[in-house]
Amino acid sequence: MTDITAISAEATPPQKTKLQLALRKPGFLIGTFIIGVSSLLALMPGVFAPLDPNFIDYNAVKQPPSWAHPFGTDMLGRDSLSRVIHAYSVNMQMAILATIFALIIGVVVGALVGFYRGIADMIFGRLVDAIITFPFLVLVIAVVAVLGPGLVNMYIAITLVGWVYYARLMRAEVIAQMGNDYASAGVVMGYSDSRIIFRHLLPNAITPVIVYWMTDMALAILLGSSLGYLGLGAQPPQAEWGVLIAEGRNFITTAWWLSLMPGIAIVLTGLGFSLVGDGLADLLRPRG
Amino acid sequence: MTNDMPILEVRDLCTTFSRGGVALPAVRDVSFNVGKGEVLGLVGESGSGKSVTLRSILGLSRRYGDVTGDVRWMGQDISRMPERKLRQIRGRDIAMIFQEPMTSLNPLLTVGMQLTETLKAHTDLGRAARRDRAIEMLDHVGIPSAASRLEEYPHQFSGGMRQRVMIAIALAANPKLLLADEPTTALDVTIQAQILDLILSLADELHMGVILVTHDLGVVAQTCENVAVMYAGRIVEQGSVRQVLRTPRHPYTVGLMRSVPQDVPPRTQLYSVPGTPPSLEALPAGCAFAPRCQNQTEACLSARPTLETISEGRAAACFNPMAIAQGEVA
Repeated sequence: MTDITAISAEATPPQKTKLQLALRKPGFLIGTFIIGVSSLLALMPGVFAPLDPNFIDYNAVKQPPSWAHPFGTDMLGRDSLSRVIHAYSVNMQMAILATIFALIIGVVVGALVGFYRGIADMIFGRLVDAIITFPFLVLVIAVVAVLGPGLVNMYIAITLVGWVYYARLMRAEVIAQMGNDYASAGVVMGYSDSRIIFRHLLPNAITPVIVYWMTDMALAILLGSSLGYLGLGAQPPQAEWGVLIAEGRNFITTAWWLSLMPGIAIVLTGLGFSLVGDGLADLLRPRG
Repeated sequence: MTNDMPILEVRDLCTTFSRGGVALPAVRDVSFNVGKGEVLGLVGESGSGKSVTLRSILGLSRRYGDVTGDVRWMGQDISRMPERKLRQIRGRDIAMIFQEPMTSLNPLLTVGMQLTETLKAHTDLGRAARRDRAIEMLDHVGIPSAASRLEEYPHQFSGGMRQRVMIAIALAANPKLLLADEPTTALDVTIQAQILDLILSLADELHMGVILVTHDLGVVAQTCENVAVMYAGRIVEQGSVRQVLRTPRHPYTVGLMRSVPQDVPPRTQLYSVPGTPPSLEALPAGCAFAPRCQNQTEACLSARPTLETISEGRAAACFNPMAIAQGEVA
């Protein structure tokens, strides 16, 4: 008996190393910092923005960056910095609302078709092929065109197209997990299907989905701003990065800061989500 | 030995998978009984259909393939039973443990959670009682300081310990039959004997029948009362361990026995049955073992020998069985 206890004591790895390791990676830290600051700006833009984003000052139209207006002013004399900060609320909201329903639907559908296979799985396969054939943006624009422009319709459109990617990932991972004996063991122990799928398979299969989710949030911001730019998403005068870039487009040669500053915000936030996703991929890699 | 009615009767079990339209007969016409408290060994090479036989008994194969034949549990046909009803038998009456302790536990749930889950599914025990029973089971399978290890995750256990946990989970609801699918193959040699002893002593104590799948005749010799030797999906020889090992009739059984090194001087080459098992997609017309068989004749290549009863509980499928004198190998 003594030798066995010795082996098991030796085989117990220290628990917290993974988190410590991830926190030591500069990329993950920077990403977490960016997302933290972005979330703060999104939650209380009023605290950080120096001025009302919609305050019009005809005496200060298209002013270049200065101490009074660090990001300059737009064609109506609105403070660009305040508008970029207030846009955080909308754009960060996009990162969540454009992805969370796709994630939930995708995870459930993916887990079910992965577990049961059969006819449903074949139909699902065809559906995925059909949807993936179209460029994402084109399909979303088509749905928005049918529903009409606006933020809510944009979320619906992105969810309708985006869940397929989550489901595809989840299905593959569930099938891979079913190769492990603990899945068969669940059946053999007489557990119900839903118990096996949602308590045993899903938590083990969800890691790649979570990592993809981070990337997808970056994509959602990009997509949301694109639609805002095209006039299909957020509507002016709402401060939203895509809308801001579109507003500055006509003045790109004379007032470059109008489009540049929101552009930088998009890049930074996207980078933040990608770095966090990368770090999470390491952190969540299954233990032995 | 048992004299009362068998608890499990398997009759003409056939399991066929298909891959790309080609039928793969993984199990063919397998029949055997398991009595109360009996330990039956199911022996054969990799791919001989042992594991699929086990999985077919519990209805795990029917999702992936075509299963025919009768599987009677306590006289009740469970081979055509709907999943919902079968669920009550799985885990409570018949339990199963797997070969690979590294993957047979859910890595994300504590050992305690996985133990109590079985109890929750099959007993009326309350929360505290389930916990007590879980500690009792871990203790029973020889895991030291069981109470504190309930909160630990599978990766904090070694391979042998995980297999013990798996056994504890399987036996938690007091099943009457345990299907053990090569339970020691993935373990260190020193741990193998401990796990086998554990399974057997628990089986004895709980009056539980066991079907032990293994490719090691040595293990069968030590542990089982009856044995069935499988080759290419069929039983080629069966009987009591004593008879089969003393007077093997099928050349394949002899080959398996010779593969277990016994009293050989160091550095002698170990015996192995020449050739490899046939692919299930292209089984020969005659006896599946004929291409590798030393006793092969014309008849073996054209017709397939059926499993003929030799004496009470003893059968072999061979046109040219080994002479009784060959029994000295055992």
